[in-house]
Amino acid sequence: MKMLFKGSEAIAEAAIRAGCRLYFGYPITPQSELTEYMSRRLPEVEGTFLQAESEVATVNMMYGASCTGRRVMTSTSSPGFSLMMEGVSYMAGAELPAVFVNVVRGGPGLGDIQPAQSDYFQATKGGGHGDYRMIVLAPHTIQEAVDLMNLAFDLADKYRMLVTILADGMLGQMMEPVEFPPMRDPNDVPEKKWALTGAKGREPRKVTSFDIDPYELEKMNLRYQATYKKVEENEVRYEEMNTEGADIIVAAYGTMARIVKTVIHMAEEEGIKVGLFRPITLWPFPYKRLNELADTVDTILTVEMSYGQMLEDVKLGVNGKAKTPFYGRSAGVVPTPTEVLDAIKKAIGR
Amino acid sequence: MPDSLSKKEFTYCPGCHHGIVHRLIAEVIDELGIREKTLIVAPVGCSVFAYEFFNVDGTVAPHGRAPAVATGMKRATPDKIVFTYQGDGDLASIGTAEIVHAANRGENITTIFINNAVYGMTGGQMAPTTLLGQKTTTTPYGRDAKANGYPIRMSEMLSTLAGAAYIERVMVTTPQNVIKAKRAIKKAFETQIKGLGFSLVEVLSTCPTNWGKSPVEAGKWLEENMAKYYPLGVYVDRTKEAE
Ligand SMILES: Cc1ncc(C[n+]2csc(CCOP(=O)(O)OP(=O)(O)O)c2C)c(N)n1
Ligand code: SF4
Repeated sequence: MKMLFKGSEAIAEAAIRAGCRLYFGYPITPQSELTEYMSRRLPEVEGTFLQAESEVATVNMMYGASCTGRRVMTSTSSPGFSLMMEGVSYMAGAELPAVFVNVVRGGPGLGDIQPAQSDYFQATKGGGHGDYRMIVLAPHTIQEAVDLMNLAFDLADKYRMLVTILADGMLGQMMEPVEFPPMRDPNDVPEKKWALTGAKGREPRKVTSFDIDPYELEKMNLRYQATYKKVEENEVRYEEMNTEGADIIVAAYGTMARIVKTVIHMAEEEGIKVGLFRPITLWPFPYKRLNELADTVDTILTVEMSYGQMLEDVKLGVNGKAKTPFYGRSAGVVPTPTEVLDAIKKAIGR
Repeated sequence: MPDSLSKKEFTYCPGCHHGIVHRLIAEVIDELGIREKTLIVAPVGCSVFAYEFFNVDGTVAPHGRAPAVATGMKRATPDKIVFTYQGDGDLASIGTAEIVHAANRGENITTIFINNAVYGMTGGQMAPTTLLGQKTTTTPYGRDAKANGYPIRMSEMLSTLAGAAYIERVMVTTPQNVIKAKRAIKKAFETQIKGLGFSLVEVLSTCPTNWGKSPVEAGKWLEENMAKYYPLGVYVDRTKEAE
């Protein structure tokens, strides 16, 4: 049965259905509705909601909760995500699973509260210190965001990694009819043999992100890298639309990809065949498929609500096989379909 | 040796009080029979390896964040006994927000707070607890209130918060003091076991290495200087009214 839901609240409900019973967070626009929804809903399912004193505290509460083996999440928006980076790095080092929702707004700094995609680098390339990666999922509709929540928690547990849902203010604020998956039993998750549950009848377990001996720490780092390699081999996800025989392929994710879907129809009326390549996992990025597509067209245009952040990954994927022009707006300005169509025409010399 | 201590050798300097306090905590955990459900959150600082010295499950928090990590653990598994072990750089400087709010929420955790008036691990820099006039590597002319503010009294400050159930300041310089310190640590853990709220024991401690003193001189300096500015005693005890 489909229900009309606001993006932020739909994501929250989906997380609970995925078996998450612990939410820590700190209010920030444009995602506070998610926090508020959790404060209402979690007590109904015997879960724990705690409004932390800051994002710094939030992520460390997640660290502690995740140590015990339970599913845990938070949601925030750009400045809040920046503050979490210390804990993100520590959690990555301690191989602790957790899910973050970053509803991106215009930046840098305090910025504004309008939708943006300018946290791409921070989410996909680090943000915190050290050689770590996190899985980054970029939904383009509320339904997809809902569907990705189960996947996010499963991937986090499977690989003992952090997963970020990278959304934007548009997805958070709009309403759409959505269908929710059934409620999962929060105890029905694979046993975590590393979790801190009290040293009863066994040797004590330790969860840390450090070893003072560089050779031992290097071993830990090599273990992380081996995990990341497995994720790159198995978890790449993307969507293609009209890429076969296209005059031009547009690479876009999230809300921007949704706008491109509209533009595809507008372009058709003018006799231009536009294909869409939409990464769903921003990390691991679908380099391989993009490289194959670069054999089939002259031009792969990147459009983003940021100034060429994903463009760098597109260029790595295309690897010089096709032209890689760019159109981007940022700071909370959402490009109109007409502007995107103009950029497409310019890119193919029409 | 208490069951709750591991076989790992302490890495602390001779005359450092970290070791004594570890042993007291381990004895208390043994006596309360809670070893198999206790989780330690170790800090950043000289006691960063505390998680290895105790024969219990444990982790290491980012610098100052132990109360938030412990909050997450306790909220996720309320049946466990969760304690943080923190230095003064950790608890009274970088982690002031976390300790204040954990205490104010009445978070049902226990904190052992080691106040040695200096940053040990990083080589003797000023701590928020450094006494006025005390020389450190970043107050080479002695701590000056105008330039560096005043030594902060955390137990007094935290005891103003309604969520704090039990707070006591102790030291471990003599056998009598050690007995009192152990009693305080035990009471703090009992407070948590009974679910009464936040408990903290501040231990005035030595850092002979960074104070540039022998262990005996350090103990004397602690009693004659630190204990004056940081009076021993119970700062808050709401365990009766809470019970
Ligand atoms: C974010 C961050 N800043 C600084 C440091 C460096 N650092 C390590 S230990 C320490 C001071 C610890 O002092 P204290 O808490 O008093 O413990 P002690 O070493 O005296 O036992 C500092 C500043 C760090 N590890 N992380
Ligand atoms: S440096 Fe100071 S606090 Fe650290 S172990 Fe040595 S004496 Fe103890």
